[in-house]
Amino acid sequence: MAQEGLNPAADALPAEGWQGIVDDWATDKQAFYVPWGKAMMWIFLLSDTFIFTSFLTGYMNVRMSTAVEWPNPSEVFALTFFGQPIPLILIAIMTFVLITSSGTMALAVNYGYRRDRYRAAALLFATAAFGTVFVGMQAFEWTKLIEEGVRPWENPMGASQFGASFFMITGFHGLHVSAGVVYLAVVALKVLRGDYERSGNYEIVEIAGLYWHFVDLVWVFIFAFFYLW
Amino acid sequence: MAYVAIADRDHHLHDPDTFITKYIWSQDHKVIAIQYGVVAIGVGLVALALSLLMRLQIGFPDVFTFLTPYNYYQYVTTHGMIMVIYLLTALFLGGFGNYLIPLMCGARDMVFPYMNMLSFWVYLLSVIVLIASFFVPGGATGAGWTLYPPQAILEGTPGADWGILLMLVSLAIFIVAFTMGGLNYVTTVLQARCRGMTLMRMPLSVWGIFVATILGLLAFPALFVAAIMMVLDRMIGTSFFMPALLSLGETTATTGGSPILFQHLFWFFGHPEVYIVALPAFGIVSDLLSTHARKNIFGYRMMIWAIVAIGALSFVVWAHHMYVSGMNPYFGFFFATTTLIIAVPTAIKVYNWVLTLWRGDIHLNLPMLWAIGFIFTFIHGGLTGLFLGNVTVDLPLSDTYFVVGHFHMVMGVSPVMVLFGAIYHWFPKITGRMANDALGKIHFWMTFLGTYAIYLPMHYIGILGMPRRYYDYGQTDFIPESALGVNQGITIAAIVVATAQLIFLINVAWSLWKGKHADSNPWRATTLEWQTPDTPPKHGNWGPKLPEVYRWAYDYSVPGDDADFIPQNHPIQPGEESLRVAGESRK
Repeated sequence: MAQEGLNPAADALPAEGWQGIVDDWATDKQAFYVPWGKAMMWIFLLSDTFIFTSFLTGYMNVRMSTAVEWPNPSEVFALTFFGQPIPLILIAIMTFVLITSSGTMALAVNYGYRRDRYRAAALLFATAAFGTVFVGMQAFEWTKLIEEGVRPWENPMGASQFGASFFMITGFHGLHVSAGVVYLAVVALKVLRGDYERSGNYEIVEIAGLYWHFVDLVWVFIFAFFYLW
Repeated sequence: MAYVAIADRDHHLHDPDTFITKYIWSQDHKVIAIQYGVVAIGVGLVALALSLLMRLQIGFPDVFTFLTPYNYYQYVTTHGMIMVIYLLTALFLGGFGNYLIPLMCGARDMVFPYMNMLSFWVYLLSVIVLIASFFVPGGATGAGWTLYPPQAILEGTPGADWGILLMLVSLAIFIVAFTMGGLNYVTTVLQARCRGMTLMRMPLSVWGIFVATILGLLAFPALFVAAIMMVLDRMIGTSFFMPALLSLGETTATTGGSPILFQHLFWFFGHPEVYIVALPAFGIVSDLLSTHARKNIFGYRMMIWAIVAIGALSFVVWAHHMYVSGMNPYFGFFFATTTLIIAVPTAIKVYNWVLTLWRGDIHLNLPMLWAIGFIFTFIHGGLTGLFLGNVTVDLPLSDTYFVVGHFHMVMGVSPVMVLFGAIYHWFPKITGRMANDALGKIHFWMTFLGTYAIYLPMHYIGILGMPRRYYDYGQTDFIPESALGVNQGITIAAIVVATAQLIFLINVAWSLWKGKHADSNPWRATTLEWQTPDTPPKHGNWGPKLPEVYRWAYDYSVPGDDADFIPQNHPIQPGEESLRVAGESRK
């Protein structure tokens, strides 16, 4: 007796204006016209945003609470070339590399949706390579600071919280980048193997891209709040 | 090209075929829900036992000599932590969230079943790590459930060696587990509902669980970060939370850290956590009241907006836990204001529950008893919250038994009342058998009256000024002899209530084995989970065809209809007045 009943909510024409926006959100089946994985990645990134916000807020708080002077980041993060100290040069290069990787990532998504799987895979590998270079330079920076005596619990240049916050926040971000490199490499291999060709669905590339752009964006904030302040 | 929702595409649902993939490494949301429930209740019984040990010491000091101050603080800490996080959060979201979301939304499963399965096993790991902390050198931490530094990681606090580390690690693992589950719950509600199931037709249970999960995803990060920072402070000697201080007569190596920072991070998690526990309870109790009063829920839309408003406000009230912490006094003004504003949407909900009962056809069966009990305990707990939300009233009451009475009433007893109501309500669907009514009623009355015998006197001794968390009160002028007598009474009541929980366990075991067989919709309820082709629902929930929804979840006692309920998947009949359906109010 399954009668073809009216289903006003499912069959009605969309309303206009604000009511239309509300109805779009409250519609049946799904609130956003995106795949499940993409919706989930967005929600995860929102949650992750709160993690990094908490880290940065905590860092700013101890920076204000500590009684000892905070080291000058321009001097600490300077490299000497030909006897001339250049402030923040390594960080500038690292930032440039990471931003560039966002560009290759965007291209990879583009070629993925065009079903050009060799270019997409190559660009994904390039993105992962940029990420690896970034982590490598971060390791170099850690080594330099450790050789200069900076430790999480002490710091010859001033407040001990400088070393603690630095290693904790860049370390946590570096973990994100490293995880992203692995993630991108796996996706690239699957692209190359033609997995998404068979399923006809390159959304995974875009979802991985969301994560990667997020990690880049977080770096911009770390750069601004830790190195420039 | 027309967009096809994923739920409508042909895609392969994982097919369990062996015993192990069906019942142990299962990806079925219903099995995962039961796994969550069993572990959460199990660890909750541990916490119940710990509370009894504490009560024995407070009620009868000097009698039970095996209870040392050292143990006492460990019990306080672990009891609180288990009850708030490993029992209530896990049971509401991991248990009922998992069971109800796909069934009530008309989905076959969560959107990512494998991740859902991992969520449970990681949760189990966090419980094991937590319990393991009792068996390491120095035992579990005794820092109090708020784990405030510096004392939490200084020599002299129980478990400062290993216990605190295992506690923090266990919390971090729990957060990972919760995130994996929580992403599933939110995405399933947003993206995998069946045809016709609009957001404004969803049962309030799903709304409560949905908003609570969003709160969890945004609040747990602060605890995660605080845990990492405290582990670093403890393990490698950083000074995030540690100022320069004297410990046991010696200056520590730490300098310049901020203990208040921890409190801010902790309560930025801790206050939303209260609502992570409360919102699912609000939602579920709305459905129980409506179903068993055979009446639509009063003010359905306002109930939803109240849930959303409470969720949003819960992020801007955290420092009302810190009036005596030494933070800037102006903060107190702001946070007292926001705290009192929360009373508005909360009061809307309470009025709507009462108005739902008003002139309803009330069936006083088991779930309904617990639901009505909840209204009582929640109003009492909520009213004392208004006292504590005001800075000037809070200052003398801080850290007294008044606070203990308040939060046990509002976020201990009240959600637990709903949990029991929910277990009795969905027991027939989960197991296919009815729970025993007589045992359940004994369980209810002992628990309901017993909790009042426990927590009402606590308000009184709190106003006398009796401080909480003390192992022994000794000879003090401001605590009269009678207060010690009250404490004995509380302890005896606590033992009685704990015994009542054994009745519950016996009831579950007996009903599983010998209970009356339930038909598919014993409560004559409207929501989708009662319309499944099989009871208990089989893997995939709906048989070959997904259900379709035509109406909101509260069509009870519709005028002109023969039955007193119309399930959500029954089409609107020709001539049926569709205007009264709240979901279509725009017309």
